[in-house]
Amino acid sequence: MQLTINGVDHEVNVEPDMPLLWVLRDELGITGSKFACGIARCGACTVHIDGRAVRSCVLPVSAVSGEVTTIEGLGNPDTMHAVQEAWVEHQVAQCGYCQSGQIMSAAALLTQNPDPTDDDIDAAMSGNLCRCGAYPRIRTAIKAAADKLGGA
Amino acid sequence: MGRLKTITRRTFVIGSVAVAGGVAIGYWKYKTPYDNPLLAELEKGAAALTPYVQIDQKGITIIAPRAEMGQGVHTTLAALVAEELDVSLDDVQVEHGPASKAYYNAAVLEEGVPFAQTDYSRMAENVRALTKVPAKFLGLQVTGGSSSIPDGFVKMRTAGAAARHILLQAAADRLNADLATLETDNGAVVAADGTRIPYTELAVAAATIDPPRDPELKPESQWKLLGKSLPRVDLVAKSTGTAEYAIDVRLPGMLFATIKKNPRLGGRMIGYDATKAESMPGVKKIIAFSDGVAVVATNSWYAIKAANSITFDWGDAPYPATTEEMMEKILASFSDDFEDSQFRDDGDVEKALIEADVVETEYRVPFLAHATMEPMNATAQLTGGRLDVWAGNQLPTQVTKEGVAITGLDEENVHVHTPFMGGGFGRRAEMDFIKQAIEVAKAMEGTPVKLTWTREEDMTHDQYRPAAVARFRGAVVDGLPSAFDLKLATLSVIASQMGRIGIPAAGPDISIVQSAWDQPYSIPNYRVTGYRTPAMIPVTSWRSVGASQNGFFHESIVDELAQAARRDPLEMRLELMTHEPSRNVLEAVAEMSGWGNPLPDGHGRGVAFVLSFGVPVAEVIEVADTAKGIKIVNAWAAVDVGTALDPRNIEAQVQSGINFGLAAAIMGEITVDDGKVRQSNFHNYDSIRINQAPPIVVKVLENGDKIRGIGEPGLPPAAPALANAIFAATGQRIRELPLNKHIKFA
Repeated sequence: MQLTINGVDHEVNVEPDMPLLWVLRDELGITGSKFACGIARCGACTVHIDGRAVRSCVLPVSAVSGEVTTIEGLGNPDTMHAVQEAWVEHQVAQCGYCQSGQIMSAAALLTQNPDPTDDDIDAAMSGNLCRCGAYPRIRTAIKAAADKLGGA
Repeated sequence: MGRLKTITRRTFVIGSVAVAGGVAIGYWKYKTPYDNPLLAELEKGAAALTPYVQIDQKGITIIAPRAEMGQGVHTTLAALVAEELDVSLDDVQVEHGPASKAYYNAAVLEEGVPFAQTDYSRMAENVRALTKVPAKFLGLQVTGGSSSIPDGFVKMRTAGAAARHILLQAAADRLNADLATLETDNGAVVAADGTRIPYTELAVAAATIDPPRDPELKPESQWKLLGKSLPRVDLVAKSTGTAEYAIDVRLPGMLFATIKKNPRLGGRMIGYDATKAESMPGVKKIIAFSDGVAVVATNSWYAIKAANSITFDWGDAPYPATTEEMMEKILASFSDDFEDSQFRDDGDVEKALIEADVVETEYRVPFLAHATMEPMNATAQLTGGRLDVWAGNQLPTQVTKEGVAITGLDEENVHVHTPFMGGGFGRRAEMDFIKQAIEVAKAMEGTPVKLTWTREEDMTHDQYRPAAVARFRGAVVDGLPSAFDLKLATLSVIASQMGRIGIPAAGPDISIVQSAWDQPYSIPNYRVTGYRTPAMIPVTSWRSVGASQNGFFHESIVDELAQAARRDPLEMRLELMTHEPSRNVLEAVAEMSGWGNPLPDGHGRGVAFVLSFGVPVAEVIEVADTAKGIKIVNAWAAVDVGTALDPRNIEAQVQSGINFGLAAAIMGEITVDDGKVRQSNFHNYDSIRINQAPPIVVKVLENGDKIRGIGEPGLPPAAPALANAIFAATGQRIRELPLNKHIKFA
């Protein structure tokens, strides 16, 4: 099976029903996307497929049609994506475990909607659970990233 | 003072250990430091100047030996060292370091003493100081009880100052200069003539010099890092997917496992059929234990799929089969036979109740799960007489003990690695998942194995926050409470968790009445009695421990008394307040929230005050009663930590505590049927999400006379502030959590 992840082609030999998350994490060692619920109820596993936010924990690898981008592909510590920069600037993360998924959801939101309202943020982000309750700063950082991207 | 008699007559959980430890071991041994654990693993050219400062040619590493589970402790602990060492946080590595008794937590047992948090009498302070003795001899390297900062405040600065001193001495020796002519500047010693010698060049020589025990520390006025909002050292990694949690550990040749244990906690496995699983893709080994089965495979998904195909015959639970029956047991423990403590009995409650109209009420809270975002997992490798364990844990020295017990190896051959934790909240002070990983590694000797629990296993095999019931009788006279008789019944968290790690816990469990018996209110007839329900389902510390339920009980009841007295609930609290920093947080939150200003129709404000872990916290929540249900509109909090080391991080912790408390208050409930926990994942044990989470304004005060930790104290006032706001908005007084059993939320 052929997959394109963060611009790199990978050949994987797994059962077709294996969720994309476990291909990324255990087969390929791309561990930025997190396992937390396994039933698409928390968003920690969120990746982009052709730019759209997808819960990789329930997506069979055989159903992946398109380029996969994980948090590692969005930006890296030396060249961060605007959303990642806003996350650092506003000191969003606490335990940080959900934040890869939060950032991927936020980045997809801003691609589709460069100037989201609070309601838009609620709608796009309520699938991403944060047990540390970092929500006030998540909201602030999304708005800051929107400003930054809009101003670019 | 009735309480003093209580103390001499009885032992108490922590204190009994304290007294025994102090007498048996003696002062000299107590003052002898543990060996520096970094010395055992030093590479050539590296120097460990103290257990907290390691320097090699590449740079400086600060050991922050407390679990980074989101509370920002690595940044603040490192800043304490860096402040005195005179280095920038940008120029150091921060690591958790090895498990070692040298990193024992001297402050964690202080919470256990039966003195009010506001009691700074000589006796109270002496007993608190005594708890440092067993803390040391137990060698408990523990993260919990909001104690990392109180524990580290002097210790970590001393480590930095001591290391700086010997670096200066090494430079003086090398330059043949007078020590007094040398200064330090951001990681280097600077001589009078401007010569700069980086610490990295001095470290090996410095390591041969004995560090001073009590070096002089900078006065607060000279702090460059402390007291400032610093960028957290872990945030770039956590924003780019590069932070390593235990679940991300990868080792050459590693296999992946999962486990299915009896969902009746503590019950046996009578039989199982894994015929199908054995031939499923990727499966390498099926390991049976007395209470469940681990499946080892080439991918976690294969392990999970195979484990789900196994059929089991589970034994019975060693506790009542349903939550309803457990609640009956809790209710039945309101009797003299189960009385556990009565640390407060001011005035004559019975007499005062006879003389007034009695307010009588009962409150209940359910069992709760921790539900950390990162499910329980651990990786272990047993090879060549060496065990390595990678696990998010709040108790590394206990992990070492468990490793020794399971493998029979000596302590020095057990190596504990503590990566970032995807949440802790008390859950990662438990050893169950770690022991399993070690058992699996033992069965797979030579092969590293990562054991990952499914969310379902995690939710159904927690050690829970206990359900609890409060019964209250009280009275008001002339607009103020005249009698306050609070009875609290629940399971003993301390006995349950200490039992599992083999530390004897005698005497009352102060967590049963925590933050209910010692609130700084002046009520003439004031009695708080704890009742201990015999052990049932396993329970443990859950963020803020007993204060998590007692804050709700106590502060809902104070609100009911204000209503009975026809008083403004905030003003009445202010009038009752006996502790100045507590009064200040109440006044601050009143001002921040515009308390008393008119609100739109259908809106209501609630206030709550809880002193927990030494931190007075006042919160106001505003709700709107909308067509879709209750909507939390705003929240305000004022806290007093004595000395605020990192204001922005303190704000984050308070916001976090409030949201954690609101989540539980609105929707958190674990129930049991047929001995099994019914809730299995976030669809039926959900948490607050961004659309329900309010804006939260936090004010940090510094009037208290001791430095305090803030991971927990933000939580306890959240539930009662919300319930009180709902009462203000709707007239509905809800006396049972979760609130969504009684009212709809938007």
